[in-house]
Amino acid sequence: MPDNTNVDLDESRRAPGSEWIKDHPKPLESLYQLTRGAVVRIYPYARRISPSLTDGLMRWGEKLLKGYLFNCFMCGQCILHSTGMTCPMNCPKKLRNGPCGGVRHNGHCEVIPEMTCVWVQAWERSRQMGAYGREMRLRQPPVDNRLKGCSSWANMMKGLDTRTPAGWPDSADQPKDDGHDSS
Amino acid sequence: MTAADVAHGSALRSGSRLERALRSGRFAVTAEMEAPDSADPQVVYDHALPLATVCDAINCTDNAGANSHLSSTATGALLARAGYEPVLQMNCRDRNRIAIQGDLLGAAALGIKNVLCMSGDDVFAGDQPESKRVFDLGSVQLLQTARAMRDRGLFLSGRKITDRPRFFIGAVANPFAPPYDWRPLRLAKKVESGADFVQTQYCFDVPRLAQYMARVRDLGLHERAFILVGVGPLRSERIAEYMRTQVPGVWIPDQVVKRMADAPRAKKRAEGIRICVEIVQQLREIEGVHGVHIMAYRQEEAVPEIVERAGILTGPATGLLP
Repeated sequence: MPDNTNVDLDESRRAPGSEWIKDHPKPLESLYQLTRGAVVRIYPYARRISPSLTDGLMRWGEKLLKGYLFNCFMCGQCILHSTGMTCPMNCPKKLRNGPCGGVRHNGHCEVIPEMTCVWVQAWERSRQMGAYGREMRLRQPPVDNRLKGCSSWANMMKGLDTRTPAGWPDSADQPKDDGHDSS
Repeated sequence: MTAADVAHGSALRSGSRLERALRSGRFAVTAEMEAPDSADPQVVYDHALPLATVCDAINCTDNAGANSHLSSTATGALLARAGYEPVLQMNCRDRNRIAIQGDLLGAAALGIKNVLCMSGDDVFAGDQPESKRVFDLGSVQLLQTARAMRDRGLFLSGRKITDRPRFFIGAVANPFAPPYDWRPLRLAKKVESGADFVQTQYCFDVPRLAQYMARVRDLGLHERAFILVGVGPLRSERIAEYMRTQVPGVWIPDQVVKRMADAPRAKKRAEGIRICVEIVQQLREIEGVHGVHIMAYRQEEAVPEIVERAGILTGPATGLLP
Protein backbone atom coordinates (compact mmCIF):
# COMPACT_ATOMS: atom_id res chain seq x y z
CA MET A 1 0.00 0.00 0.00
CA PRO A 2 1.45 3.41 -0.90
CA ASP A 3 2.42 5.58 2.00
CA ASN A 4 -0.41 8.01 2.26
CA THR A 5 1.10 10.30 4.81
CA ASN A 6 3.51 12.13 2.57
CA VAL A 7 3.95 12.71 -1.09
CA ASP A 8 6.34 10.80 -3.23
CA LEU A 9 7.87 13.55 -5.27
CA ASP A 10 8.28 11.50 -8.38
CA GLU A 11 5.84 11.67 -11.22
CA SER A 12 7.11 8.38 -12.58
CA ARG A 13 4.72 6.70 -10.15
CA ARG A 14 2.22 7.27 -12.92
CA ALA A 15 2.56 4.12 -14.93
CA PRO A 16 3.60 4.29 -18.60
CA GLY A 17 0.65 4.53 -20.96
CA SER A 18 -1.86 5.17 -18.20
CA GLU A 19 -2.06 8.90 -18.91
CA TRP A 20 -2.98 8.24 -22.53
CA ILE A 21 -5.73 5.84 -21.49
CA LYS A 22 -7.19 8.36 -19.02
CA ASP A 23 -7.04 11.12 -21.61
CA HIS A 24 -9.57 9.05 -23.58
CA PRO A 25 -12.00 8.40 -20.72
CA LYS A 26 -15.04 7.20 -22.67
CA PRO A 27 -14.00 3.51 -22.76
CA LEU A 28 -13.20 3.79 -19.07
CA GLU A 29 -16.75 4.95 -18.46
CA SER A 30 -18.05 1.84 -20.21
CA LEU A 31 -15.60 -0.31 -18.31
CA TYR A 32 -16.86 1.20 -15.07
CA GLN A 33 -20.47 0.49 -15.97
CA LEU A 34 -19.64 -3.08 -17.00
CA THR A 35 -17.64 -3.76 -13.86
CA ARG A 36 -20.31 -2.27 -11.69
CA GLY A 37 -22.96 -4.44 -13.29
CA ALA A 38 -20.83 -7.55 -12.90
CA VAL A 39 -19.95 -6.83 -9.27
CA VAL A 40 -23.57 -6.20 -8.35
CA ARG A 41 -24.59 -9.52 -9.90
CA ILE A 42 -21.70 -11.76 -8.86
CA TYR A 43 -20.66 -10.38 -5.48
CA PRO A 44 -23.52 -11.81 -3.36
CA TYR A 45 -22.93 -15.31 -4.73
CA ALA A 46 -19.16 -15.11 -4.38
CA ARG A 47 -19.58 -13.97 -0.79
CA ARG A 48 -21.60 -17.10 -0.09
CA ILE A 49 -18.68 -19.27 -1.15
CA SER A 50 -16.05 -17.36 0.79
CA PRO A 51 -16.41 -13.78 2.06
CA SER A 52 -12.75 -13.34 2.90
CA LEU A 53 -11.53 -14.79 -0.39
CA THR A 54 -13.98 -12.63 -2.38
CA ASP A 55 -12.99 -9.40 -0.64
CA GLY A 56 -9.33 -10.38 -0.78
CA LEU A 57 -9.46 -11.09 -4.51
CA MET A 58 -11.29 -7.83 -5.19
CA ARG A 59 -8.79 -5.88 -3.16
CA TRP A 60 -5.94 -7.53 -5.02
CA GLY A 61 -7.57 -6.88 -8.40
CA GLU A 62 -8.24 -3.25 -7.59
CA LYS A 63 -4.76 -2.69 -6.30
CA LEU A 64 -3.30 -4.12 -9.48
CA LEU A 65 -5.56 -2.61 -12.11
CA LYS A 66 -6.41 0.72 -10.48
CA GLY A 67 -2.86 0.93 -9.23
CA TYR A 68 -1.58 0.77 -12.78
CA LEU A 69 -4.22 2.98 -14.35
CA PHE A 70 -4.90 5.60 -11.69
CA ASN A 71 -2.03 5.32 -9.21
CA CYS A 72 -4.75 4.25 -6.79
CA PHE A 73 -4.22 5.03 -3.12
CA MET A 74 -6.79 2.41 -1.99
CA CYS A 75 -8.91 4.92 -0.09
CA GLY A 76 -11.69 2.32 -0.21
CA GLN A 77 -14.35 4.81 -1.34
CA CYS A 78 -13.68 5.25 -5.01
CA ILE A 79 -15.20 8.26 -6.78
CA LEU A 80 -13.15 8.02 -9.98
CA HIS A 81 -16.16 8.16 -12.28
CA SER A 82 -17.26 11.39 -10.58
CA THR A 83 -13.83 13.00 -10.90
CA GLY A 84 -13.06 12.67 -14.58
CA MET A 85 -11.41 9.25 -14.18
CA THR A 86 -8.58 10.97 -12.33
CA CYS A 87 -7.85 9.85 -8.79
CA PRO A 88 -8.24 12.82 -6.42
CA MET A 89 -6.12 11.09 -3.79
CA ASN A 90 -3.14 11.84 -6.05
CA CYS A 91 -3.63 15.49 -5.09
CA PRO A 92 -1.07 16.16 -2.33
CA LYS A 93 -3.83 17.88 -0.36
CA LYS A 94 -6.22 14.96 -0.96
CA LEU A 95 -8.89 17.39 -2.12
CA ARG A 96 -11.99 15.62 -3.38
CA ASN A 97 -14.03 18.65 -4.38
CA GLY A 98 -11.83 20.48 -6.85
CA PRO A 99 -8.54 22.31 -7.20
CA CYS A 100 -6.94 24.45 -4.52
CA GLY A 101 -6.01 28.03 -5.28
CA GLY A 102 -2.34 27.23 -5.73
CA VAL A 103 -2.45 25.71 -9.22
CA ARG A 104 0.44 27.11 -11.24
CA HIS A 105 -0.06 29.15 -14.36
CA ASN A 106 1.02 26.20 -16.53
CA GLY A 107 -1.63 24.03 -14.87
CA HIS A 108 0.87 22.21 -12.71
CA CYS A 109 0.67 21.35 -9.02
CA GLU A 110 1.74 23.84 -6.37
CA VAL A 111 3.42 21.10 -4.35
CA ILE A 112 4.88 18.90 -7.09
CA PRO A 113 5.91 21.31 -9.85
CA GLU A 114 6.56 18.53 -12.41
CA MET A 115 3.05 17.11 -12.04
CA THR A 116 -0.01 18.43 -13.86
CA CYS A 117 -2.68 19.34 -11.31
CA VAL A 118 -4.97 16.38 -10.78
CA TRP A 119 -7.97 18.66 -11.08
CA VAL A 120 -6.84 20.30 -14.32
CA GLN A 121 -6.74 16.80 -15.81
CA ALA A 122 -9.98 15.78 -14.14
CA TRP A 123 -11.77 18.80 -15.58
CA GLU A 124 -10.51 18.21 -19.12
CA ARG A 125 -11.39 14.52 -18.99
CA SER A 126 -14.79 15.02 -17.41
CA ARG A 127 -15.79 17.18 -20.35
CA GLN A 128 -15.31 14.20 -22.66
CA MET A 129 -17.40 11.95 -20.46
CA GLY A 130 -21.04 11.59 -21.45
CA ALA A 131 -22.39 9.51 -18.60
CA TYR A 132 -20.62 10.82 -15.52
CA GLY A 133 -18.99 14.11 -16.57
CA ARG A 134 -21.56 16.14 -14.72
CA GLU A 135 -20.82 14.41 -11.46
CA MET A 136 -17.83 16.75 -11.11
CA ARG A 137 -20.37 19.08 -9.53
CA LEU A 138 -21.29 16.76 -6.70
CA ARG A 139 -20.10 17.75 -3.28
CA GLN A 140 -18.08 14.87 -1.94
CA PRO A 141 -18.26 14.13 1.80
CA PRO A 142 -15.10 13.77 3.89
CA VAL A 143 -13.08 10.59 3.52
CA ASP A 144 -13.80 7.76 5.95
CA ASN A 145 -10.26 6.92 6.97
CA ARG A 146 -11.30 3.53 8.32
CA LEU A 147 -11.86 2.25 4.80
CA LYS A 148 -8.29 2.81 3.64
CA GLY A 149 -6.76 -0.33 2.17
CA CYS A 150 -10.09 -2.07 1.50
CA SER A 151 -11.70 -2.88 -1.81
CA SER A 152 -14.01 -0.03 -2.73
CA TRP A 153 -16.19 -2.37 -4.80
CA ALA A 154 -16.75 -4.48 -1.70
CA ASN A 155 -17.43 -1.33 0.30
CA MET A 156 -19.93 -0.25 -2.34
CA MET A 157 -21.78 -3.55 -2.02
CA LYS A 158 -21.82 -3.17 1.77
CA GLY A 159 -22.96 0.46 1.47
CA LEU A 160 -19.89 1.66 3.34
CA ASP A 161 -18.45 3.89 0.62
CA THR A 162 -21.35 6.33 0.65
CA ARG A 163 -21.91 6.28 4.40
CA THR A 164 -21.58 9.79 5.83
CA PRO A 165 -21.33 11.04 9.42
CA ALA A 166 -24.68 11.56 11.15
CA GLY A 167 -24.24 15.34 11.23
CA TRP A 168 -23.53 15.53 7.52
CA PRO A 169 -26.20 17.21 5.38
CA ASP A 170 -27.97 14.58 3.29
CA SER A 171 -27.58 14.20 -0.41
CA ALA A 172 -30.91 15.93 -0.93
CA ASP A 173 -29.23 19.29 -1.07
CA GLN A 174 -26.88 18.39 -3.91
CA PRO A 175 -26.98 20.87 -6.79
CA LYS A 176 -29.51 20.30 -9.48
CA ASP A 177 -28.36 19.98 -13.03
CA ASP A 178 -28.32 23.32 -14.78
CA GLY A 179 -26.65 22.59 -18.06
CA HIS A 180 -22.99 21.90 -17.43
CA ASP A 181 -21.45 21.94 -20.88
CA SER A 182 -19.84 18.58 -21.23
CA SER A 183 -19.39 18.74 -24.99
CA MET B 1 -33.25 46.08 -5.68
CA THR B 2 -29.55 45.61 -5.17
CA ALA B 3 -27.83 42.27 -5.05
CA ALA B 4 -27.35 42.80 -1.36
CA ASP B 5 -31.10 42.88 -0.79
CA VAL B 6 -31.57 39.69 -2.70
CA ALA B 7 -28.74 37.86 -1.02
CA HIS B 8 -29.91 35.91 1.98
CA GLY B 9 -33.09 37.93 2.40
CA SER B 10 -32.93 40.29 5.31
CA ALA B 11 -32.42 38.11 8.36
CA LEU B 12 -28.94 38.27 9.79
CA ARG B 13 -27.32 34.91 10.17
CA SER B 14 -24.76 36.05 12.65
CA GLY B 15 -23.96 38.90 14.97
CA SER B 16 -21.30 39.99 12.48
CA ARG B 17 -20.82 43.66 11.71
CA LEU B 18 -19.24 42.66 8.42
CA GLU B 19 -22.47 40.90 7.52
CA ARG B 20 -24.47 43.97 8.47
CA ALA B 21 -22.21 46.23 6.38
CA LEU B 22 -22.50 43.97 3.33
CA ARG B 23 -26.24 43.60 3.68
CA SER B 24 -26.65 47.36 3.82
CA GLY B 25 -25.52 47.30 0.19
CA ARG B 26 -22.42 49.35 0.94
CA PHE B 27 -19.13 48.59 -0.81
CA ALA B 28 -17.25 46.85 1.97
CA VAL B 29 -13.56 46.82 2.80
CA THR B 30 -11.72 44.11 4.64
CA ALA B 31 -7.98 44.02 5.23
CA GLU B 32 -5.48 41.37 6.10
CA MET B 33 -3.34 41.84 9.16
CA GLU B 34 0.15 40.46 9.46
CA ALA B 35 0.14 37.82 12.21
CA PRO B 36 2.75 38.65 14.85
CA ASP B 37 5.63 36.38 15.76
CA SER B 38 5.21 37.48 19.31
CA ALA B 39 3.56 36.44 22.54
CA ASP B 40 2.86 40.06 23.39
CA PRO B 41 -0.77 40.99 22.69
CA GLN B 42 0.25 44.62 22.22
CA VAL B 43 1.84 43.67 18.89
CA VAL B 44 -1.57 42.51 17.64
CA TYR B 45 -3.04 45.89 18.48
CA ASP B 46 -0.09 47.71 16.88
CA HIS B 47 -0.63 45.77 13.66
CA ALA B 48 -4.38 46.33 13.70
CA LEU B 49 -4.24 50.05 14.35
CA PRO B 50 -3.56 51.36 10.81
CA LEU B 51 -6.40 49.20 9.48
CA ALA B 52 -8.96 49.94 12.15
CA THR B 53 -10.48 53.17 10.92
CA VAL B 54 -10.73 52.25 7.27
CA CYS B 55 -12.14 48.76 7.07
CA ASP B 56 -15.15 46.73 8.09
CA ALA B 57 -13.23 43.69 9.27
CA ILE B 58 -9.69 42.49 9.79
CA ASN B 59 -8.54 39.08 8.56
CA CYS B 60 -6.43 37.07 10.99
CA THR B 61 -4.29 34.71 8.96
CA ASP B 62 -3.90 31.10 10.03
CA ASN B 63 -0.20 30.22 9.93
CA ALA B 64 -0.06 31.93 6.54
CA GLY B 65 2.24 30.43 3.96
CA ALA B 66 2.63 27.40 6.24
CA ASN B 67 4.83 29.38 8.64
CA SER B 68 4.02 29.34 12.34
CA HIS B 69 2.75 32.64 13.73
CA LEU B 70 0.51 33.73 16.56
CA SER B 71 -2.60 31.61 16.03
CA SER B 72 -5.55 33.05 14.18
CA THR B 73 -7.92 32.19 17.03
CA ALA B 74 -5.76 34.03 19.54
CA THR B 75 -5.33 37.04 17.25
CA GLY B 76 -9.05 37.11 16.53
CA ALA B 77 -9.95 36.78 20.19
CA LEU B 78 -7.64 39.65 21.14
CA LEU B 79 -9.16 41.83 18.43
CA ALA B 80 -12.72 40.88 19.37
CA ARG B 81 -12.02 41.62 23.02
CA ALA B 82 -10.90 45.10 22.07
CA GLY B 83 -14.01 45.68 20.00
CA TYR B 84 -12.59 45.13 16.53
CA GLU B 85 -14.28 42.91 13.95
CA PRO B 86 -12.01 39.95 13.14
CA VAL B 87 -12.34 37.42 10.32
CA LEU B 88 -10.91 34.13 11.52
CA GLN B 89 -9.06 32.24 8.80
CA MET B 90 -9.29 28.49 9.30
CA ASN B 91 -7.23 26.13 7.16
CA CYS B 92 -7.42 22.36 6.70
CA ARG B 93 -3.68 21.84 6.62
CA ASP B 94 -2.95 22.00 10.33
CA ARG B 95 -5.86 20.22 12.03
CA ASN B 96 -8.08 17.23 11.63
CA ARG B 97 -11.86 17.44 11.77
CA ILE B 98 -11.98 16.93 15.53
CA ALA B 99 -9.71 19.91 16.20
CA ILE B 100 -11.43 22.05 13.58
CA GLN B 101 -14.86 21.68 15.18
CA GLY B 102 -13.46 22.32 18.62
CA ASP B 103 -11.61 25.40 17.41
CA LEU B 104 -14.68 26.74 15.62
CA LEU B 105 -16.73 26.46 18.78
CA GLY B 106 -13.92 28.00 20.77
CA ALA B 107 -13.61 30.91 18.37
CA ALA B 108 -17.33 31.61 18.65
CA ALA B 109 -17.09 31.51 22.44
CA LEU B 110 -14.28 34.07 22.27
CA GLY B 111 -16.47 36.49 20.34
CA ILE B 112 -15.36 35.81 16.77
CA LYS B 113 -18.26 36.15 14.33
CA ASN B 114 -16.66 35.66 10.91
CA VAL B 115 -14.87 32.54 9.79
CA LEU B 116 -13.08 32.09 6.46
CA CYS B 117 -12.77 28.45 5.41
CA MET B 118 -9.84 27.46 3.22
CA SER B 119 -7.72 24.45 2.30
CA GLY B 120 -4.54 26.38 3.01
CA ASP B 121 -1.08 26.59 1.46
CA ASP B 122 0.79 23.33 1.44
CA VAL B 123 3.47 22.67 4.06
CA PHE B 124 6.03 22.94 1.24
CA ALA B 125 5.29 26.66 1.01
CA GLY B 126 6.65 27.32 4.49
CA ASP B 127 9.79 27.04 6.52
CA GLN B 128 8.95 23.59 7.90
CA PRO B 129 8.36 21.51 4.76
CA GLU B 130 9.17 18.37 6.71
CA SER B 131 5.93 18.62 8.70
CA LYS B 132 2.93 16.37 8.18
CA ARG B 133 0.08 17.78 6.13
CA VAL B 134 -3.36 16.97 7.50
CA PHE B 135 -6.12 17.86 4.99
CA ASP B 136 -8.56 15.58 6.80
CA LEU B 137 -11.25 17.87 5.38
CA GLY B 138 -11.10 20.06 2.26
CA SER B 139 -12.40 23.61 2.07
CA VAL B 140 -15.82 22.56 0.73
CA GLN B 141 -16.20 20.03 3.52
CA LEU B 142 -15.04 22.59 6.07
CA LEU B 143 -17.72 24.99 4.86
CA GLN B 144 -20.36 22.31 5.22
CA THR B 145 -19.10 21.49 8.70
CA ALA B 146 -19.26 25.13 9.81
CA ARG B 147 -22.75 25.46 8.37
CA ALA B 148 -23.97 22.27 10.02
CA MET B 149 -22.69 23.57 13.35
CA ARG B 150 -24.45 26.90 12.88
CA ASP B 151 -27.72 25.91 11.20
CA ARG B 152 -28.35 22.44 12.54
CA GLY B 153 -26.54 22.76 15.85
CA LEU B 154 -24.66 19.53 15.29
CA PHE B 155 -21.12 18.27 15.25
CA LEU B 156 -20.29 16.06 12.26
CA SER B 157 -20.90 13.03 14.44
CA GLY B 158 -24.49 14.15 14.91
CA ARG B 159 -23.94 15.08 18.56
CA LYS B 160 -25.86 18.17 19.60
CA ILE B 161 -24.26 21.54 20.29
CA THR B 162 -26.11 23.23 23.15
CA ASP B 163 -25.35 26.80 22.05
CA ARG B 164 -24.75 27.15 18.34
CA PRO B 165 -21.93 29.28 16.94
CA ARG B 166 -23.51 32.13 14.96
CA PHE B 167 -20.94 32.50 12.22
CA PHE B 168 -20.88 34.58 9.08
CA ILE B 169 -19.21 31.96 6.91
CA GLY B 170 -16.68 32.83 4.25
CA ALA B 171 -14.94 30.98 1.44
CA VAL B 172 -11.90 31.79 -0.65
CA ALA B 173 -11.70 31.75 -4.43
CA ASN B 174 -8.94 32.10 -6.97
CA PRO B 175 -10.24 33.21 -10.37
CA PHE B 176 -6.66 33.56 -11.60
CA ALA B 177 -5.51 29.93 -11.52
CA PRO B 178 -6.30 27.09 -13.95
CA PRO B 179 -8.64 25.43 -14.77
CA TYR B 180 -10.22 28.84 -15.43
CA ASP B 181 -13.54 27.68 -16.79
CA TRP B 182 -14.11 25.44 -13.80
CA ARG B 183 -13.38 28.12 -11.21
CA PRO B 184 -16.92 29.55 -11.21
CA LEU B 185 -18.33 26.04 -10.73
CA ARG B 186 -15.92 25.51 -7.87
CA LEU B 187 -17.29 28.69 -6.33
CA ALA B 188 -20.80 27.34 -6.86
CA LYS B 189 -19.88 24.29 -4.78
CA LYS B 190 -18.68 26.57 -2.02
CA VAL B 191 -21.79 28.73 -2.09
CA GLU B 192 -23.96 25.61 -2.00
CA SER B 193 -21.87 24.39 0.92
CA GLY B 194 -22.70 27.45 2.97
CA ALA B 195 -20.45 30.36 1.96
CA ASP B 196 -22.10 33.67 2.87
CA PHE B 197 -19.17 35.70 1.64
CA VAL B 198 -16.14 35.15 -0.54
CA GLN B 199 -12.67 36.67 -0.48
CA THR B 200 -10.52 36.15 -3.56
CA GLN B 201 -6.82 35.89 -4.26
CA TYR B 202 -4.96 39.07 -5.36
CA CYS B 203 -6.47 40.62 -8.47
CA PHE B 204 -3.96 42.27 -10.80
CA ASP B 205 -5.79 41.25 -13.96
CA VAL B 206 -9.19 42.98 -14.08
CA PRO B 207 -10.25 41.63 -17.52
CA ARG B 208 -9.79 38.07 -16.29
CA LEU B 209 -11.83 38.84 -13.18
CA ALA B 210 -14.55 40.42 -15.33
CA GLN B 211 -14.76 37.21 -17.37
CA TYR B 212 -15.00 35.18 -14.18
CA MET B 213 -17.67 37.45 -12.74
CA ALA B 214 -19.74 37.17 -15.91
CA ARG B 215 -19.92 33.42 -15.40
CA VAL B 216 -20.53 33.90 -11.66
CA ARG B 217 -23.50 36.12 -12.52
CA ASP B 218 -24.81 33.53 -14.99
CA LEU B 219 -24.81 31.05 -12.14
CA GLY B 220 -26.50 33.60 -9.87
CA LEU B 221 -23.79 33.22 -7.25
CA HIS B 222 -23.40 36.98 -6.70
CA GLU B 223 -26.93 37.00 -5.36
CA ARG B 224 -26.29 34.22 -2.90
CA ALA B 225 -22.93 35.31 -1.52
CA PHE B 226 -21.10 38.59 -1.11
CA ILE B 227 -17.92 38.71 -3.16
CA LEU B 228 -14.90 40.69 -1.98
CA VAL B 229 -12.04 40.82 -4.44
CA GLY B 230 -8.49 40.67 -3.14
CA VAL B 231 -6.18 43.58 -3.94
CA GLY B 232 -2.84 44.82 -2.67
CA PRO B 233 -0.04 47.28 -3.41
CA LEU B 234 3.22 46.06 -4.90
CA ARG B 235 6.43 47.51 -3.53
CA SER B 236 8.72 46.88 -6.48
CA GLU B 237 9.05 44.80 -9.63
CA ARG B 238 11.33 42.50 -7.65
CA ILE B 239 8.54 41.77 -5.17
CA ALA B 240 6.09 41.35 -8.05
CA GLU B 241 8.41 38.84 -9.69
CA TYR B 242 8.81 37.02 -6.39
CA MET B 243 5.07 36.92 -5.78
CA ARG B 244 4.15 35.59 -9.18
CA THR B 245 6.83 32.91 -9.22
CA GLN B 246 7.06 31.90 -5.56
CA VAL B 247 3.67 32.57 -3.97
CA PRO B 248 1.23 29.82 -4.97
CA GLY B 249 -1.77 31.03 -6.96
CA VAL B 250 -0.75 34.66 -7.51
CA TRP B 251 -1.00 35.90 -11.09
CA ILE B 252 0.52 39.25 -12.07
CA PRO B 253 0.43 40.20 -15.78
CA ASP B 254 3.63 41.40 -17.46
CA GLN B 255 2.35 44.93 -18.01
CA VAL B 256 1.87 45.42 -14.27
CA VAL B 257 5.40 44.23 -13.55
CA LYS B 258 6.63 46.53 -16.32
CA ARG B 259 4.86 49.53 -14.83
CA MET B 260 6.62 48.85 -11.55
CA ALA B 261 9.97 48.44 -13.31
CA ASP B 262 9.53 51.68 -15.27
CA ALA B 263 8.80 53.75 -12.18
CA PRO B 264 11.83 55.61 -10.79
CA ARG B 265 13.33 54.02 -7.71
CA ALA B 266 11.98 56.61 -5.27
CA LYS B 267 8.46 56.38 -6.69
CA LYS B 268 8.00 52.63 -6.86
CA ARG B 269 5.95 52.47 -3.68
CA ALA B 270 3.69 55.26 -4.93
CA GLU B 271 3.29 53.49 -8.27
CA GLY B 272 2.29 50.29 -6.46
CA ILE B 273 -0.37 52.17 -4.54
CA ARG B 274 -1.56 53.92 -7.73
CA ILE B 275 -1.98 50.58 -9.53
CA CYS B 276 -3.89 49.22 -6.54
CA VAL B 277 -6.20 52.26 -6.42
CA GLU B 278 -6.90 51.98 -10.17
CA ILE B 279 -7.76 48.30 -9.78
CA VAL B 280 -10.14 49.03 -6.88
CA GLN B 281 -11.88 51.69 -8.95
CA GLN B 282 -12.28 49.30 -11.88
CA LEU B 283 -13.58 46.56 -9.60
CA ARG B 284 -16.31 48.84 -8.29
CA GLU B 285 -17.77 48.97 -11.76
CA ILE B 286 -18.14 45.20 -12.03
CA GLU B 287 -21.59 43.93 -11.16
CA GLY B 288 -21.53 41.40 -8.35
CA VAL B 289 -18.39 42.72 -6.66
CA HIS B 290 -19.51 43.73 -3.17
CA GLY B 291 -16.22 44.92 -1.77
CA VAL B 292 -12.48 44.55 -1.67
CA HIS B 293 -10.13 42.63 0.54
CA ILE B 294 -6.84 44.49 0.91
CA MET B 295 -3.76 42.40 1.50
CA ALA B 296 -0.92 44.85 2.01
CA TYR B 297 1.69 42.50 3.34
CA ARG B 298 4.17 44.51 5.45
CA GLN B 299 2.68 47.72 4.04
CA GLU B 300 -0.32 47.97 6.35
CA GLU B 301 0.28 51.69 6.67
CA ALA B 302 -0.62 52.04 2.96
CA VAL B 303 -4.15 50.71 3.47
CA PRO B 304 -5.74 53.98 4.66
CA GLU B 305 -4.26 55.79 1.67
CA ILE B 306 -5.59 53.18 -0.77
CA VAL B 307 -9.06 53.28 0.76
CA GLU B 308 -9.15 57.06 0.76
CA ARG B 309 -7.84 57.56 -2.77
CA ALA B 310 -10.08 54.85 -4.20
CA GLY B 311 -13.03 56.72 -2.74
CA ILE B 312 -14.41 53.77 -0.87
CA LEU B 313 -14.21 55.26 2.59
CA THR B 314 -17.86 55.47 3.44
CA GLY B 315 -17.98 57.20 6.73
CA PRO B 316 -16.15 57.88 9.91
CA ALA B 317 -14.80 54.60 11.25
CA THR B 318 -17.27 52.12 9.89
CA GLY B 319 -18.09 50.88 13.34
CA LEU B 320 -14.90 48.93 13.69
CA LEU B 321 -13.08 50.99 16.27
CA PRO B 322 -13.84 50.21 19.88
